[in-house]
Formats: sequence, structure tokens, C-alpha cells
Amino acid sequence: MSELQLLSLLPFMVLAVASLVVILLIAFRASHTVIQVTGFIMMCLVVLATWYVKDTLPRLVPPLFIVDGQAALFTGLIIFSVLVVGLLSYIYFEEREENPKEYYILLFLATLGGAILTISQHFISFFIGLELLSVSLYALIAYLRTRNHAVEAGMKYLVLAAMSSAFLLFGMALIYMETGTMTFPGIAEKLTDGISSPLFLFGTGAMIVAIGFKLGLVPFHLWIADVYQGSPSPVTAFIATTSKIGAFAVLLRFAQTVNLHEYPLMITVFSVIAVASMVMGNVLALRQQNLKRLLAYSSIAHFGYLLVAFLTGSKAGTEATIFYLAAYSITLLAAFGVIVLLSTGDEEADRIENYQGLIWRKPVLGTILTVALFSLAGIPLTAGFLAKFMVLSAGVQQSQWPLLIVLVLTSVIGLYYYLRIISTLFATADRPVNIPGPRHPFFYFSTYAALVVLAGALCWLGVFPGMVLQGIRSFLLLH
Amino acid sequence: MILLWMIIVLLAGGLLCWLLGRQSAGYARWTALLTVSADMVLACCLCWLYHEFPDKSSWFINYQINWIPSMGVSLHVALDGFGMVLLLLTFFLGILAVLCSWNEIRERAGFYYFNLLWTLAGISGVFVAMDLFLFYFCWEVMLIPMYLLIILWGDSRRRYAAYKFFLFTQAGSLLMLLSILAVYFIHGQQTGLYTFDYFELLRTTFQSGTAWWIMAGFMIAFTIKLPMVPFHNWLPDAHSEAPTAGSLLLAGLLLKTGAYGIIRFVLPLLPEASVAISWWAMLFGVIGIIYGAFLAFSQTDIKRLIAYTSVSHMGFVLTGIFSFSEIAMQGVVMQMLTHGLSTGALFVMAGMLKERLHTRDITKMGGLWTSMPAMGGAAILFTMASSGLPLLGNFIAELFILLGTFTVNVLFSVLASVGLVLSALYGLRLLQRVFMGAIVVTNPVRDLSTREMLIMAALSVSIVALGLYPQPVIDTVHHLSFTLQPLLHE
Repeated sequence: MSELQLLSLLPFMVLAVASLVVILLIAFRASHTVIQVTGFIMMCLVVLATWYVKDTLPRLVPPLFIVDGQAALFTGLIIFSVLVVGLLSYIYFEEREENPKEYYILLFLATLGGAILTISQHFISFFIGLELLSVSLYALIAYLRTRNHAVEAGMKYLVLAAMSSAFLLFGMALIYMETGTMTFPGIAEKLTDGISSPLFLFGTGAMIVAIGFKLGLVPFHLWIADVYQGSPSPVTAFIATTSKIGAFAVLLRFAQTVNLHEYPLMITVFSVIAVASMVMGNVLALRQQNLKRLLAYSSIAHFGYLLVAFLTGSKAGTEATIFYLAAYSITLLAAFGVIVLLSTGDEEADRIENYQGLIWRKPVLGTILTVALFSLAGIPLTAGFLAKFMVLSAGVQQSQWPLLIVLVLTSVIGLYYYLRIISTLFATADRPVNIPGPRHPFFYFSTYAALVVLAGALCWLGVFPGMVLQGIRSFLLLH
Repeated sequence: MILLWMIIVLLAGGLLCWLLGRQSAGYARWTALLTVSADMVLACCLCWLYHEFPDKSSWFINYQINWIPSMGVSLHVALDGFGMVLLLLTFFLGILAVLCSWNEIRERAGFYYFNLLWTLAGISGVFVAMDLFLFYFCWEVMLIPMYLLIILWGDSRRRYAAYKFFLFTQAGSLLMLLSILAVYFIHGQQTGLYTFDYFELLRTTFQSGTAWWIMAGFMIAFTIKLPMVPFHNWLPDAHSEAPTAGSLLLAGLLLKTGAYGIIRFVLPLLPEASVAISWWAMLFGVIGIIYGAFLAFSQTDIKRLIAYTSVSHMGFVLTGIFSFSEIAMQGVVMQMLTHGLSTGALFVMAGMLKERLHTRDITKMGGLWTSMPAMGGAAILFTMASSGLPLLGNFIAELFILLGTFTVNVLFSVLASVGLVLSALYGLRLLQRVFMGAIVVTNPVRDLSTREMLIMAALSVSIVALGLYPQPVIDTVHHLSFTLQPLLHE
């Protein structure tokens, strides 16, 4: 491994070191605050490192990794999400008595797993990344093990994730049997004959099951609502952003490398999954009374939309997916941030009644949540609109009319439940709900400020996306 | 640039209202009034400056700056006579909307005026945007504040009405977005230039099959807004549950954006496809005229009654547009103005009655003339206007439309005139039930206050003026005949 190759892996090494540092700090009995601040600084270091190595990209680190612009973008998104999740975690866990320190080790390990997924181009790194992510998540989900639903959610995730890993391994083995190699480019080379062998297709199918599970696509979505509801809110935010971005990044990489779009069968399978996700996600979200469950079902729908852009297989499609994921992560982080700030030590603020008249009681938080919901619904002036617009435009370019019509119609269904929450936010509060004052003023206000910035970013992206689009484009050229 | 400033003034004024409204409702009211008046003054100045066309082009102002260059989106705003007339209507009704909610809105006034002004900003954006992306953007911007207006300050069934309004319009506008994107890519493939600019896109040629689908997307959005009969379902609910100013803006302006969209975008972009569906569009227009009138006749809720008259009047607009005759097009523009004024006035009046009697049920009214002669007088004027009596603007409008349609399709013209008779029926029934007859309301009801008198006077003067001397309007929109007609008659 040459020096330059090592250098290009710098951000990932810093990320790995972060969890070690946290372990050491715990050994020296550092306080929660110290760990939180150190973690924050370490994440900032990762961002700096990514920025530092940006100019040396793309760099191949055979056989396991490829660090290119696309990977850098996804890693950047993941790190950004974790920064916010980390910030949300402090207040959330400080309110509850459980010892939160080990939480950060798991959080950073899971992040490392997600980040490895974005650069992997080999089944081994793919699997290691995915397992690192999943195993950390088992513990993270059930972290508050005395709470309701926590263990249930953890068990559900454990059993289903283990099964999906088995599928993944089986699929990988089948593909290996057919092609005799485990690197993505190697597989692509072996497949250039254009013969779509049943073994390869079956193997890919099995892998789709695993990825579909991670992304929460229909019909692999059964875990999603329970896990979203049962996990601590920052962890839910983490699952909704980082874990899904990682899984999507590796799917995109695999599809691009082996030209998955040239197999009609695969297109059909993905189209069916996309349509099912859009329809089921939106329909199931309609009657939810729990905000976290509602966001879970809406995330199914959103990844259905994302698949529409993914299915185009074009440059515009890739750009659209990245912009979509960015907009979606910012939106969800803002929404979960509001949930965290409104939750108390004994009660999770996840029932919709908790939000009645929020905009009059807490105008700033109310506005942030409203902006986030408008963004999820894809209403102009917010990033969500532009993201949806780009997905639609990528689809129109490839003339995927049936998918687009489904997308449009289901997002109208989706509007209904977003509007339902928004109208609750604006309704007059009939009973005063007492909200605790800030117990940790510094972190409370920095979280608050971060949320305001996120909401601002949503509006800014929705009105002036030019700069970000340029940025994404210039990174994607780094192939 | 001045057009952008108009919109920015409204947006900024809205924010200011919200901030000041937390101090006192009075500040918010005055800020809102000043903001809209400032825009009205600007629009009047423009109107005075550009009372004649520049040579060979119908566009007074044409301003363009980059917005999202990587996608070919620019802030392109332009104004022609048609846009000018509608802008004037927007600000005029905007002022009245602020005035008529002066005492009605007591809770969260700041946020209320914020929504009101942002709706107006969206509407004026729609009338001046010459970039399809910007157009879509403004189209949506006017939707959300309107939704909030209905759901926050509406009547008892406001949630239902607001959802219905939002879902109907949003379904239409997303389909329109698909059409816009299709036009964008087809144009890009033909010329290599990917842009949302209206004037560029006008040069695109479409195959007839594609054109049909693209037109379907646009037409669904615009006919939901207009509304055309099978899609009119949201309108009675939204109109009747919205606060007075909300109904005024909905009836006076939002419906006009549908007609505007058809005239500005569908006809010039897709002339052949438009000609192909013209018979059906006229048919649905005529169905709307008669169906709306019948339903209006059978309503007991005063606001629903007025809402159904809108369906009927907008049927005239649809029929007029798709008759493709010059005189009908002038009638259509007149109808857009006069319907905005007359129906707006009726909604304001319904709001005033509601404020006094706390009901919208006309069976619980009756004999109000004795206690409110002034309002009764105004009511007679505007119901007569709505029924298309000579002297008043609506007469000119409907006459022109009928004349224009007659040359194209005699049967439709005859059927549409039946609508006029029916409109007299529901108009007279409204007057009879509310102002004449036995006195039902026994407690004293106060007549119009000075502020209300002012609103009614402004509306009455303008509707009579339009009826007596419509020539300025006809001159201003005369350019439609040389921009649109050649395309459609080729």
C-alpha cells in the first residue's frame, strides 16, 4: 500500500481512532461532557481530513476500497449526520439516568461501518462494513434496555438483520461461484459477455433482500416502524440517516460497477420494489398516531422515490439521489431534533397529541418542525421540493412515466398525513403541556442553534441550490 | 426588476407583519395595508407609464437574472397588458382583503397577515413569471399560506375543507410539474439548450401524441384551479369555510390563475392540441355554467351559494377561451376582472352578514333590508352584476363570450345563455331570502360601518366603471389577439 493510498484512507482511520479515544476516555473516567466534546472534535477532524485528501482523489486501494468523489460525498453526509446525532444525544441521554458513555463507542463504530460501505468495492469490505453497522445498531437500539419497546425493537432488528446478513452471504457466495471473484470490477469484467446467468441474477436477488432490509423497502420493511418507535430518538435519527445512506451508497456503487441497469429482470425487480414502497409507505403512514412510526413509514415511501432516481442509472440520477439524501437527512435530523428537545426523562414526545399547538407554545421549534414536514412533503421553498424535483426530472429524462405517475399520486397521499401533523401543530392547544426548562443550558442552546441552522439550510437549499448542486457535480467528476 | 421588487415587498411586508403582530394586531394591520397599497401604487405607476405598447412586442417589461444556472432556471419576469390587468386586480383585491379582515381577525393577527401577503406574493408571482420553474414555484407559494388561512381562521369544517383544497390542487400541480419537465427535456433534446424559459420553450415542436399528454398535465392543474366541472368539488368547501378575506382571494384571484395558465401557457405552447380538444373544453364549460347555476339555486348556505355561482361563471371563461375567437377572448379577460369584483363583493358581504348574525344559513336571514338598507342596496347591485345585467361589467364580459362562441358553435352559445337566465333565478332567490320577506332576525343589526362602506363603494364604482367604459381593458389586452389568434387559426 503506497503512502498516497494510505493518505486517502485518512478520514476512515480518524473515524476508527475516534472510538478508541472514547474507550480510553471511559477508562480514565472522563465525564459525559468531555466525551461528547471530544467526539464532536473527532468528527470535525474527520471532516477536515476528508477535505484535506479531497484533491488526491480518486484513489484506488485494491482490492478492498475505492475512495472517489462519490464516496467522499456519501462519507461527508454520514459524518454530518453523526455530528448532529451526537449533539442530540447529549441532552437526550443526560435526561435519562442510564450511563451513556459506551453509547458513543457504538455510535462511532456504526458510523465507521457506514463509512466503509461508501468506499467498498469488494464483498469482504462490503460485508465487514455492513456487519459493523448492524452489530453496533443491535446494541444502540436496545441501549435504554429498561424502557418500553427497547428490547423488543432490539430483538426484532437483531433477528431480521441476522437473517438478511445470511441472505447477503448466500448471494455473495453464489456470485463468487459464478464469477470466481469478489471485487465489483472483477465481477463486471466477467459479465461483459452479456450473458445474464441465473446464478448471478439469483445472487444479486439475495443481496437485494439484504440491502432492501437495511433501506426498509417493501416487502422487507416489517421491522421499521417498531424499531423507529422503540429506539432512543437520536438512534432513530441515526438509523434513518447514516445507516440508510451507507447501505444506499454501496448499492449504488455495486449497480454502477456491474451495470445492473442492463439487466431487464433487475429493472423489473427494482421497479416493483419502488412502486410497492411508495404505495405501502404512504398508505400505512396515513393513520399513524405516533410521530416516530409515521416517520418510519414515510421513510419507506421516500426510499421508494429515491429508487426511481436510482433506476434511471444516469448521471443525473446519481446527482439526484445524492441531493435527495442530503435534503432528506437534513430534514429528518431537524425533525428528530425537535422530538429530542421536547422529550422528557420519562416520556418520549412521539405521540401526535404532544404537538398540539406547538407553534404557539414554542414558536421556534414549531416552525422548525413545520419546515421539516413541508420539506418531507416536497413543498417549494424547502430542500425537499428541489430534491423531489430532481428525482422527477431524472425520471422524465429517461421517460419512466409509469413510475413517475405513481410517484406523483402517492406523494399526494403522503401530503395528507404531513398536513395532518402540520394542522395539529397549528391547532389551538386545549391543555397546557408542561415542557421542562433547559437543564443543561449550554447543550440545550447549542442543539437549539443547530436545529435553527438545519431549518435555515433546508430553506436555503430550497431557494438557492445552485452552489450545492455545483459542489455535488464537481465531486462526482472525480471518478 | 420592479416586478421582482413588487413580490419582495409583499414577502418582506408579510414577515414584518408577523414580527409586529406579536406586539399588537394594529401594527400588523397597518403594515399589511401599507404594503399592499405600496404595490398598488407601483402597479398604477406602471400602468400609467406603459399605457401604450412598445413597438412590435406586447411586453412592457422583461427582466431576467440567473437563479439556478446549472438547471437552466432563471428569475425571468415580464409584464404584458394581460399580466398588468391581473396585477392591478390582485393588488386591488389585496387591499380590500386586508380591509375586510380588519375587525374579523382578532387572534394571531400577525401570522394572519403574513399568510395573506404571501398568498398575494405567490399570485402576483404567477402573473409575471416567465420561467416555468419560477411559475411552478409561485404556483405552490400561493397554495400553502392559503391552506393555513383556511385551516387556522376558517369555520367549523375548516380542516376538511383545507385538506380537500390542498390535495386537489397539489395533485394537479404535480402533474403539471411532470408536463413542465417533459417540455423542458423535449426542448433540450431539440435544441441542446436546457432551459425553463417561457420564450425559448415556445419554439418547441411536439409530436401530436406527446403534445396530448403534456397538455393533459397542464390542463388538469389549471382546470382544477379554474374549476371545471368534474374537478370543482373542492371549491364550495374551501370557499365556504375560509375566512372572508380567504374567500375573496380564492374567488377573486386564485380561480383566475387557472384561466391565466390556460391562456398564457397551454394555448401558445400547444396550439394544435388545444384546437383538438376545444370542442370538449367548451362542452365542459357549458356543463359547468348550467350545473353550477342549478346547484347555486338549491343551496341554503350563503357562501356555498356564491361559490357555486363561481363554478357557473368560470364555465363562461372556459367556453370563451376555447372558442378561439378574438371577441370571446376579450370577454374572457373582462369576465376574469368582473367576476373577481362581483363575486368578491358578494363574499365580503357574506362575511359581514356572518359577523353580525353568526350564521351562513339563508333560511335564518330575511327582511334584513329594514335594518341594513345600505348593505341591501349594495347586495342588489352585485347580485345584478352577477346575473349579467347591462350597465355592469359582467354584462359586457358575458355578452362578448356569447358573441364569440356563437360564431363557432351555435348550440353551445344558446345553452350558455340559458345560464344567464338561471343566474337571475339564483340571484333573485338570494336577495329575496336575505333582504326581503318576513323579518326573521329580531335583534338589532347594525348597517355598514364607514370602513365597510368604503370597501363596497370601491367595488361598486369599479364594476360600474367597467360596465360603462370597458375600452381601456380591451385595449390593454388587445395584444392577445395578435399573439394568440394566429397560432390557433393556422
